Amino acid sequence: MKKLLLVFSLIFIPFTHVYAGIDESINNATAPIAEFIGKVVFFKIPVFGAQLPLVVLWLVVGAVFFTFYMRFINIRGFKHAIQLVRGDYSDPKSHGEVSHFQALATAVSGTVGIGNIGGVAVAVTVGGAGATFWLIVAGILGMSTKFVECTLGVKYRQEFEDGHVSGGPMYYLRQGFSERGMEGFGKFIGTFYAVGIFIGALGIGNMFQSNQAYVQLNTVAGGALDGFGWLIGLILAAVVFSVIIGGIKSIARVTEKIVPFMAIFYCIFAIIVILMNIDSLPQAISNIFTGAFTGEGVAGGALGAMIIGFQRAVFSNEAGIGSASIAHSAVKTNEPVTEGVVSLLEPFIDTIVICTITALVIGTAQVADPNFANGAKGVAMTSAAFQREFSWFPLPLAFAALLFAFSTMISWSYYGLKGWTYLFGESNSGQTVYKLIFCAFVALGCIVELGPILDISDALVFLICVPNILGLYFLAPIVKREMESYFARIDSGEIKKFK
Amino acid sequence: MSNKILVAIDGSEGGKRALTAAVEHAKLTHSDLILSYIIDWSPYSFHTPEELEERQKRRDSEIQRAHDSILNPEVASLEAQGLTVETVVRHGKIAEALKEIADQYKATQIYIGKLGESRMRSMIFGSVTAALIQTSLLPVTVVP
Repeated sequence: MKKLLLVFSLIFIPFTHVYAGIDESINNATAPIAEFIGKVVFFKIPVFGAQLPLVVLWLVVGAVFFTFYMRFINIRGFKHAIQLVRGDYSDPKSHGEVSHFQALATAVSGTVGIGNIGGVAVAVTVGGAGATFWLIVAGILGMSTKFVECTLGVKYRQEFEDGHVSGGPMYYLRQGFSERGMEGFGKFIGTFYAVGIFIGALGIGNMFQSNQAYVQLNTVAGGALDGFGWLIGLILAAVVFSVIIGGIKSIARVTEKIVPFMAIFYCIFAIIVILMNIDSLPQAISNIFTGAFTGEGVAGGALGAMIIGFQRAVFSNEAGIGSASIAHSAVKTNEPVTEGVVSLLEPFIDTIVICTITALVIGTAQVADPNFANGAKGVAMTSAAFQREFSWFPLPLAFAALLFAFSTMISWSYYGLKGWTYLFGESNSGQTVYKLIFCAFVALGCIVELGPILDISDALVFLICVPNILGLYFLAPIVKREMESYFARIDSGEIKKFK
Repeated sequence: MSNKILVAIDGSEGGKRALTAAVEHAKLTHSDLILSYIIDWSPYSFHTPEELEERQKRRDSEIQRAHDSILNPEVASLEAQGLTVETVVRHGKIAEALKEIADQYKATQIYIGKLGESRMRSMIFGSVTAALIQTSLLPVTVVP
């Protein structure tokens, strides 16, 4: 790989002056747009010297509310979630349908992305070690939000005559409100969400991913790809194009199969690195706890750390965004609650397991050598932390990052497409237009710098949460009723185990 | 209550031989036949969101195809011979699925053709036939 990149760069170096300018000019053109969107959506309230973005508050209040309202389903439902995934309650007669495990795996590969590797580094850089604590708290709370949105996704999914199904927030928002006699508002808010997820898919599920994949590739290549973001972008866009437009499903299928193994491989190596730094571990953990409540050296103190942690958690596990609800709604079940319960595991795997492990890798490296990263940010910082122990690690990490980014892009292209077809119908030509736009943004992501991309992505993601969480408040009583009836039937033995 | 013989067929020669043997048995003992076809499927595989969306549709068409091209062609000739035949198509792992079907239909005997499994495959994943024989609570006849 290194050799290939070397040859590649040797060929292109003579043209550097001509082509490197492309990145810069596109970057300059997009920066003001990003700034503007960021300002509008990230309206910040100053609280005790920290800047609290309104949307972060919106999500956290929602997650806390659902945790209490559903009586700690995030903790109570955990064991049952594992039983469901194991197939203890699956009727053999329904074999061949989408299993709980399959729905969970698909949703997880959509959320396990660069955010787990790079996003955590961003959180630790800006919010200090303490941000990790709040990241985990947000993960635990986010489990409740996921439960509510995935239950609703299945309950209100739409089955088309040819047998395919579409579901997700736009459908439950529309139908849920119309059942409560607010048809007009339901239509409005469903449309609002669909627009949000379609545009949002271009940020979190697209530009951020391709950008960080490029950054990691460039790190591995020793900076030989500086200024060639446009080229990597075009290559990535071409691969995405071949899958979502060219219909080369095999690429997507292979990715879908490799990603879970890459995630396990990543976690195993992360744990090894942590163990190799075992001396620094107690200090790193204590930094997380003290940082969480003192916020030393962080703008805004403890509250600043908290905000950053929450913000990155949402970005990573997507609770409250409603994307997983789209993936889960493909499952045929008579009990929508079961999908909700299974989806609890997503923030757990994504945020509480993978993000925490990443945070500890970075944390222990920081304790051992405060300047280990040499100013590197995002994925590059995580990569540097691994590199301290395994000099060869950046290469497989780059490969993993590329795959994570790719699988997240494929998943999000689907989520965005669902928003698009909700708005413009299921016509094929319309879908192609959407997919072309999606590919264009893949390329754009590699060209623009991380800062503006994070601003745009965050801003767009939170824009989607506004209609979704608003709807969840209104529809929560329905979920609660279903949940209580379901667990009562489990307790009474009316719903039987098959294993 | 008459006996019920469960036969697993898959369109292969081995399956056909199992069926022939089962038919003889059924005629002699005045038993009913249950013809089954198992579509290999695992709940622990990974799919893209699009595949999930299409799954229900594909499952229905897989079951339809199994009935049309594998089971139904046999049924007509068996019924002509005066046998009572039921058919069932299931997704799953062969050994497990057969056990479940036997349970559900209250079968008294299972017939299965010897599968053309390679030695390597059997060594790594275990032989389907062996798994069935070891776990079944019913007599199993393996037809070579």
